[in-house]
Amino acid sequence: MDSVVCVKRVPDTETKVQVGPDGRRIQASGVNHVLNPYDEYAVEACLQAREKAGSGEVTVLSLGPAEAAQTIRQALAMGADRGVLLKTDPACDYYMDPLSVAHALAARLKTMRLDLLWFGKLAIDDQSYAVGPAVATLLGLPCVTEVAEFAALPGRATATRVVEGDRVRMEVDLPAVFCASKGLNEPRFASLKGIMSAKKKPLETVDLAQGTARVEVVALELPPARQAGRWIGKGVEAVPELVRRLREEAKVL
Amino acid sequence: MTRTLRSPHFTEEHQMIREAVRRFVESELTPHAQEWEAAQAFPVEVYRRMGELGFLGIHYPEALGGGGMDFFGAACMIEELTRSGMAGLNMAILVQAYMATPVIHALGTPDQQEEFLAPAIRGERIAALGVSEPGAGSDVSGIRTRAVRSGDDYVIDGQKTFITSGTRADFITLLVRTGADPHGGLSLVLFPTDTPGFRVGRSLRKMGNHTSDTAELYFEGCRIRRRLLLGEEGRGFYYLMAHFQEERLVAALAAVAHADRALEQALAYTAGRTAFGRPLDRMQVLRHRLADMACETEAARRLAYHATWLFSTGQSCVTEVSMAKVVCTETCQRVVDSALQMHGGYGYIEEYPICRAYRDVRLLTIGGGTTEVMKEIVARAVVDGREL
Repeated sequence: MDSVVCVKRVPDTETKVQVGPDGRRIQASGVNHVLNPYDEYAVEACLQAREKAGSGEVTVLSLGPAEAAQTIRQALAMGADRGVLLKTDPACDYYMDPLSVAHALAARLKTMRLDLLWFGKLAIDDQSYAVGPAVATLLGLPCVTEVAEFAALPGRATATRVVEGDRVRMEVDLPAVFCASKGLNEPRFASLKGIMSAKKKPLETVDLAQGTARVEVVALELPPARQAGRWIGKGVEAVPELVRRLREEAKVL
Repeated sequence: MTRTLRSPHFTEEHQMIREAVRRFVESELTPHAQEWEAAQAFPVEVYRRMGELGFLGIHYPEALGGGGMDFFGAACMIEELTRSGMAGLNMAILVQAYMATPVIHALGTPDQQEEFLAPAIRGERIAALGVSEPGAGSDVSGIRTRAVRSGDDYVIDGQKTFITSGTRADFITLLVRTGADPHGGLSLVLFPTDTPGFRVGRSLRKMGNHTSDTAELYFEGCRIRRRLLLGEEGRGFYYLMAHFQEERLVAALAAVAHADRALEQALAYTAGRTAFGRPLDRMQVLRHRLADMACETEAARRLAYHATWLFSTGQSCVTEVSMAKVVCTETCQRVVDSALQMHGGYGYIEEYPICRAYRDVRLLTIGGGTTEVMKEIVARAVVDGREL
């Protein structure tokens, strides 16, 4: 059972993000980066599939700056076998929209042998939900998103999606693309042994041939600071005034 | 990497270890803090789990199941462990990894390492260090627990006190008197606690560190094989003096991390609490005290890292480690005290971790060599020119 899992380097959820001086991206300095949390579920799914099958390799693929090698090594420390980094050029530092990323990943994935292709369902930084399904489309593979339960059989897999309170169980022929949802599994911790062995595992770096931007980020703004609350009154008699203000001032009714 | 953890000593691997320990601590230890503090104990499975993840042997050789890293790897673990909010649990774990076992690594025969060190690294055997006695603490040369040769055995009689993990240790790295000379008459042995004649007395009720047990131990005619002697007979005092550097360094690193935690709590509290119409952290008197706390902690951290570097690279470090022990632990207590003060009345309430921290960190200037003893070591170097 060979798997490829695509991972992304994202700012740590605990980081207080600030807008950079160009007003178009976040301030890079002082930001701690981590393996995208949804991708951790995907990595764990691949490791479990390999363990259950008793053979096969788990390859970690990432597209990003040179520092994304660290993100790949985090997945290697969890137990993946090898890594490939499609390295972006810091000199042509434009926003790569999800479809451009998907094209770059798919070009590499076409050359790789795989039964399972996993993604996290979204990256917590730009939350496009798009790259996994886009890659599946480009490769002509079946795709199941929002995967909350998973079992691989020889040549087939069952995956359960949880959507709007429903559980939809699907069967697909392999190879196929899966996008991991929270709760799919409990991603293992990297052990000390895993961390020490990660640096000895093969990690191939390929310079990515980049084109030109097709989507431009015009401005990045933080949400407005929350304003202090106001007392309108107490109890039932305050309701008419509250409704009036919600309608006339806040314009939410 | 966060600002305060930037250092030329930390590589990407160190950072990965730090993150792995942090995640483990935050998901498997911290959520149990209230419960285990109240129970005044933590489950022994914690040793097993940490052993499985490799966190008890970061700086021990790979052949023994360790990680083969330098002491900055250990430093990452020591710092992150403070996030458990349970100083007693941390103490028990630090004893296991850095206080009761380094002498086995330094002096133990291959058999002793296999029998005691390797299972301690795996978290399968709990280790304690037995030095202090009712009549002797910092003045180690005053200990009276005797080991008398009898054929192929030693027969041990005496008493120890303040022994972390004493009620449930599987073995004790034990300092005993094998001769009359105050210093040259001391030896170290590995003492299995299933030896007949060994008895655990009271578990002592402490001011803080409630999740770890601290016991009085009694030895009456305990017969152990002489092969359990560590190193040479009569060298115990000198072995211990060398090995104290690691214990004191661990205390210094942990103290800085405790100060970090206290500062984090003070920042969160003063940002959220409003008085006289604005958050507390808008008031200059508190802002500047917070700035002082950050400055002092940062200065202490850099001294601790300097001492760690000397220790890790095998250079002479007794003076610097003693300095670091004084500066880091004293700073920690000041920072924790200020952080509690900023919490006002809530700082005096048990639900707030700063309340517990205030009691817990009081031990730091005492355990592992008091501030006064540390200053005497520093004075000998700087006043008398006698570098140890």
